[in-house]
Amino acid sequence: MRDFDYIRPATIPDAIAAAAEPGSAYLAGGTNLLDLMKGGITSPERIVDISRLPELNRIERLEDGGLRIGALVRNADLAHDAAFAKAYPMVAEALLSGASAQLRNAATVGGNLLQRTRCSYFYDTASACNKRVSGAGCAALGGENRLHAVLGWSDACIATHPSDFCVPLVALDAVVEIEGKQGRRHVTLAEFHLLPGETPQRENALEPGDLIVAVRLPAEAASFAANARYLKIRERTSYAFAVVSAAAALVVDGGKIRAARLALGGVAAKPWRARAAEAVLLGADANEATFAGAADAALADASPSGDNAFKIELARRIVVRALTSAQAGTPERLPALPASPFSSIPGARHDA
Amino acid sequence: MTKIPVHLDINGTHHHLELEPRVTLLDALRDRLGLTGTKKGCDHGQCGACTVHVDGERVLACLTLAAQTEGRTITTIEGLAREGELHPVQAAFLEQDAFQCGYCTPGQIMSAVACIREGHAGSDEEIREYMAGNLCRCGAYPHIVAAVRQAALEVAS
Repeated sequence: MRDFDYIRPATIPDAIAAAAEPGSAYLAGGTNLLDLMKGGITSPERIVDISRLPELNRIERLEDGGLRIGALVRNADLAHDAAFAKAYPMVAEALLSGASAQLRNAATVGGNLLQRTRCSYFYDTASACNKRVSGAGCAALGGENRLHAVLGWSDACIATHPSDFCVPLVALDAVVEIEGKQGRRHVTLAEFHLLPGETPQRENALEPGDLIVAVRLPAEAASFAANARYLKIRERTSYAFAVVSAAAALVVDGGKIRAARLALGGVAAKPWRARAAEAVLLGADANEATFAGAADAALADASPSGDNAFKIELARRIVVRALTSAQAGTPERLPALPASPFSSIPGARHDA
Repeated sequence: MTKIPVHLDINGTHHHLELEPRVTLLDALRDRLGLTGTKKGCDHGQCGACTVHVDGERVLACLTLAAQTEGRTITTIEGLAREGELHPVQAAFLEQDAFQCGYCTPGQIMSAVACIREGHAGSDEEIREYMAGNLCRCGAYPHIVAAVRQAALEVAS
């Protein structure tokens, strides 16, 4: 790893001023950044350690019924916060299905949003990658790409965003609170991550020096607590990134769907909100035919970027299963294997 | 680059180090302090061999800068036994024959101690899930689960 200057600012303004200098990077949990630095994928000259900044590690209930989660709240602390898990069960389930207990003790809310793709060509500095070197080309496009994107990809980049946490968050209309040189601003999570287009090196809405200070959930996000699930297909039982995943949340009244949220993970360069599927669900009867229609709508624009056509059908099936599980009701206790289709949940179809 | 002062409390002993900022906690433990019980497996946060406790919680020493742990309390495998008596999890690993080559074992044990303390050893399924961040290439998993189960029962009684 290339050496660097290490700064530990005492205040948010000091941190922003330090990080606005070219070649700077914020350090919070470090679970992704240090790995990237070891491989020379990123080589900051200055590390701004924000992990001890006051005020950023709180979970606050807002007067309007919303929730404000400080950017430095650790994944484990958020997932195991009983009140949080009760109000937003699919977010807790997604968090606990990600990484390992050790990593969740270090990884933070803000860092999770900013983690980089796990595309192996991005990690291999001997391979062409438009994310690392603009205009270099994309080795993944003709390479080993069975786990790559099926939605929103371009010829410049077919990488996926690896986060589990962001999938239910985008379904619940989360908002990212950002502090920068121009003050504080709010960006919806749906708009925060960018699709690759011709500029895959640009991954999100942050400007140099910008610091994520919190993620907000609006009051309505808690209204899905009784019928919400996150399901995730992995290539091994645990401790793996999603091949595909889905966050599904419903409000069902008298057999009719009164509100619906659906998002997919592992399919695109951003957590994928499936609004067309939500439109199919809204007002419809809560049954398997409706869920299958929603799954078709969610994947209507999907196309393989390589040897990954199977992910489209897999995503359809996980959507049906996540919606079926949501309709059956949020489990009383989080399953021992969070988000796993191999966990026994009453009401869940095991052949979907 | 200029070295920076780092103060660490490791297994009850205070250490004052002067380190390049890029030195990980893992390298500081092994190369500077001779505490080689903590193992370097993948060095990329994928295997769990470097698991230590920082302020009582399990983290990966390979993905933690030593500078990040300034002033924190660190426990490594060398700090688990008390006055020559093995920690119950260490004893359970011996009794259940929960290792073959032994390279992953310090990380497994540090992870298991935390897993039990967190309350995540309630069933074999839960133990497997909450120990998933520790890989064992010899495949001693069934015995590791048995050791964690045994130690959890002993700690509870």
